Amino acid sequence: MKVVVGQGSCGVATGARKTSDELERLIAEKGLTNVAVDLTGCVGTCYLEPIVDVYGDDGALQARYVKVQPDKAAAIVEEHLMGGRIVEDLAISRQDEAFLSQQKRIVLRNCGVINPEHIEEYIAAGGYEAAKKAVTSMTPQQVIEEVRISGLRGRGGAGFPTWFKWNAARQNQADQKYMVCNADEGDPGAFMDRSVLEGDPHSVLEGMLIGGYAIGASQGVIYVRAEYPLAIKRLEIAMAQARERGFLGQNLFGTGFSFDIRIKAGAGAFVCGEETALIASLEGERGMPRLKPPFPAQRGYWQKPTNINNVETFANVPWVLLHGGAALAAIGTEKSAGTKVFALAGKIKKGGLVEVPMGLPIRDIIFGIGGGIKNDKAFKAVQMGGPSGGCIPAELAGTTVDYESIPKTGAIVGSGGMIVMDEDTCMVDMARFFLDFTRKESCGKCNYCRVGTKRMLEILERITRGEGRDGDIELLEELAEKIKDGSMCGLGQTAPNPVLTTIRYFRNEYEDHIYKKKCTAHSCKALIHYEITDACKGCTLCARNCPVGAITGSVKQRHVIDQDTCIKCGKCMDSCKFGAIVKD
Amino acid sequence: MTSNGTCCCGCGSKEAAFSALAPVLEQYGKTPGSLITILQHAQDLYGYLSTDAIQYIAEYTGIKPAKIYGVATFYTQFRLSPIGKHLIMLCKGTACHVNGADSIEEAVTEELGITDGQTTEDGLFTLNNVACLGCCSLAPVMMIRTADGDETYGNLTKAKVRAILQDIRAKEAASK
Repeated sequence: MKVVVGQGSCGVATGARKTSDELERLIAEKGLTNVAVDLTGCVGTCYLEPIVDVYGDDGALQARYVKVQPDKAAAIVEEHLMGGRIVEDLAISRQDEAFLSQQKRIVLRNCGVINPEHIEEYIAAGGYEAAKKAVTSMTPQQVIEEVRISGLRGRGGAGFPTWFKWNAARQNQADQKYMVCNADEGDPGAFMDRSVLEGDPHSVLEGMLIGGYAIGASQGVIYVRAEYPLAIKRLEIAMAQARERGFLGQNLFGTGFSFDIRIKAGAGAFVCGEETALIASLEGERGMPRLKPPFPAQRGYWQKPTNINNVETFANVPWVLLHGGAALAAIGTEKSAGTKVFALAGKIKKGGLVEVPMGLPIRDIIFGIGGGIKNDKAFKAVQMGGPSGGCIPAELAGTTVDYESIPKTGAIVGSGGMIVMDEDTCMVDMARFFLDFTRKESCGKCNYCRVGTKRMLEILERITRGEGRDGDIELLEELAEKIKDGSMCGLGQTAPNPVLTTIRYFRNEYEDHIYKKKCTAHSCKALIHYEITDACKGCTLCARNCPVGAITGSVKQRHVIDQDTCIKCGKCMDSCKFGAIVKD
Repeated sequence: MTSNGTCCCGCGSKEAAFSALAPVLEQYGKTPGSLITILQHAQDLYGYLSTDAIQYIAEYTGIKPAKIYGVATFYTQFRLSPIGKHLIMLCKGTACHVNGADSIEEAVTEELGITDGQTTEDGLFTLNNVACLGCCSLAPVMMIRTADGDETYGNLTKAKVRAILQDIRAKEAASK
C-alpha cells in the first residue's frame, strides 16, 4: 500500500510535512512494512489541505482524506491501514469531489498524482514520450505546425499565439539561440505556475526541450521567483534526474540534438514579467524594458534570438505533441483553444487551483466549482489579470472566460489570478491597492508611468481618506489615458486598468466617497463611524476594550462613543456580546 | 566579521572578512550577467548587503559600486541593512488584502512595535511586507524565516498572529 501526502507550498503551510512525519512514525511503530509514505504536488483543492491519499497494492485510489492534521494520522493508520475500513469522518465529501470532477486537466494532469521528485513516475505517466517523438520523428517545422494547429496561445497574460513566436525565433539564424521559461509569477494573487513547478516540473522541462528543438536552441533558462524555494528545489531535482536519464544534455535520443537548462532566480520585480525586462535581469542588470523592435526573437538574451514562454504554456506542449494539435483545438472556443488554469482566491468558499476549458462562464467557475461566496455574502465583482487587469462586476458573471470576451469587459484573462470580492470589498480601495502596487513596481523609465501612477495613487488615497474633490474622477480618467499612451511597456500601458474598470462599473462608489463621504462597503476607515444602539446593556466591556478611552457611560446605562477620539479600530464592536454596536 | 566589514581578529583584512564569499566570486565573478546571482549568495551569507560587501564585490568583478548599488536597490529581494533573527514576511497580495492583511499588519505592529522594514530593538524580529507568497487560498498569510528555514502561517487572525509572535518570544527567552 502507499500513503501519499500532498506537499505543495499550500499543503506544507497547513502542516502537511508534520502529518507526513506522523504517518511515517506511526507506520514504523506499528511495524507496517508493506506501507510506503510518499509525497505529491498540489491537487488544487487548497482549502482542504493537508490531503492524504491511500492507494492499494493494485495502484487504485482507495480513499482521499482531507484536512488531515497530525493528530488525525492515527485514525488513518489504525482504521484504514490496519483495519481495512475507510475513515468516513476524514474522507472527502461528494461536494468537494465535484471541485475536481468539473475540471478538465491538461496542464495539471500530473499535479497531485505523481511524485514530482521521482522521474520514473513522470515517465510512467507518458512523460518524455512527446519529446522523443518530436526529436526523433518530426522536423522542427512540423513541431511548430502541430502547435499552430493546436491554437495554443501564451498563458502568461497576453495570449499571443505560441507557434508564431516559435516560428519567428526559428527563422532568425544565429550560432546560439535561447529558450527561456518565464516563471517569475509576479501577479499578487496568482499561484498557478508555482503549483505546476512544484507538482510537475518535468512537464515544463519537456515543453522547453520541445520548444528548443523547434526554434533551434541548445540552451534553456528558467527565470523563477526566488520567493518560490520549493519550486526551485523540485526543478533542480528534476533537471538532475533528466540529465541522468539522457533527457537533457548532449545528443538527446541518439540524435545530434543537444539541449540543457539552467535556473536563474529572479530577485523580485513585477516588471520582469515583460520580456525585454526579463532579459535585462537575466543579464544581471536592472530589469528595465527596452523598445521593441528588435523583438527578442531577433535580438534577445546576449543579443541572440530568444523565445520566452510562460510555465503553463510549456506544460501544455508535451500534451499537444502526444495527442495532436487538433485535440487541443477541440477544447475551448474557436479562438481560445484548450484550457486555462485559474487561481481562485479571495472571498470564495473553495479556493484553489482550477483548470477549465476556455469559454466557461465566470459564474460556473465561482459558483459551480468554487462553491460560491464565503459566508454566503453577496457577490460583488471578480478581479482578473491582477494589476494589469480589471474588476468584472457581478452582473457580467455570464461572461465567458476566453481571450475575446474578457477584454471586452476592460479586464484581461491575464496569467490566471481570479480574486473574488463580496459586498464588504470597497472598489475604490481595490483600485488604490493596485495602483500602490504598480507605483512601487514601475521601473521608472517612462515619465507617465513613474509619475502618473504616483499622482493617481495620491488622488485615490485622498478619496479613500474622505478628502475627495469634485473633478477627481475625471482627472483619474484623463491621467489613465495619458499613462496608457505614454508608457513603453505593458506595465504602464495596463496599470490604469483597475481604476478604469472600477470607475466604469462602480462609479457610484466613487461618487459616494467623494460627495457623500461614505464608503458603502464600510471598508475605508476614515469614512465609517461606530455607534452604540439601544441594545446596549451597559456591561462596560466595550469601554474597557477601547484603546483610546473614547467610550463613556455608567454601568447598566447605554454607552456613548466620542467620535472625535475614536480611532475606528473596531475593538468595541468585536467585544460587544449584545450586537449593540453598529458600523456605518 | 565586524560591523565595518573587516576581519574580527583585528588584522583589518577585508579578504578575511569576506572569505565565505570567495568561492562564490570564484565561480561567478568573471561570468558576464552573474551580478544578481552573486548578490543573492552574498545576502544569504551575511543577511544583507553591506557597503563593504558591495565594495568587495565591485573590486573582484570590476563592476562599478554605483552599478551594483543600482541593481541592489532595483529588486525587492535585496536589503541594505541587517535584519532580525526572525524575518516576518507579511503577504500583501490581492487575496490577502481582500481578506484583511491590513489588520494582520496592525497586529504585528501592536505586538512588536515595528512597521514595514523595521527591526525590533532586541534584534529578534524584522517586518517586511511582500507582494505575494503564492498561498492565496490560505489568505491572509505570513512567512517567518529563520536560519533553520521558513515557516508559513495561513488563515491568520489578529489573535493568531499575537499568539505566534508571543510563542516565538517565549521560546527565545527560554533558550537563553
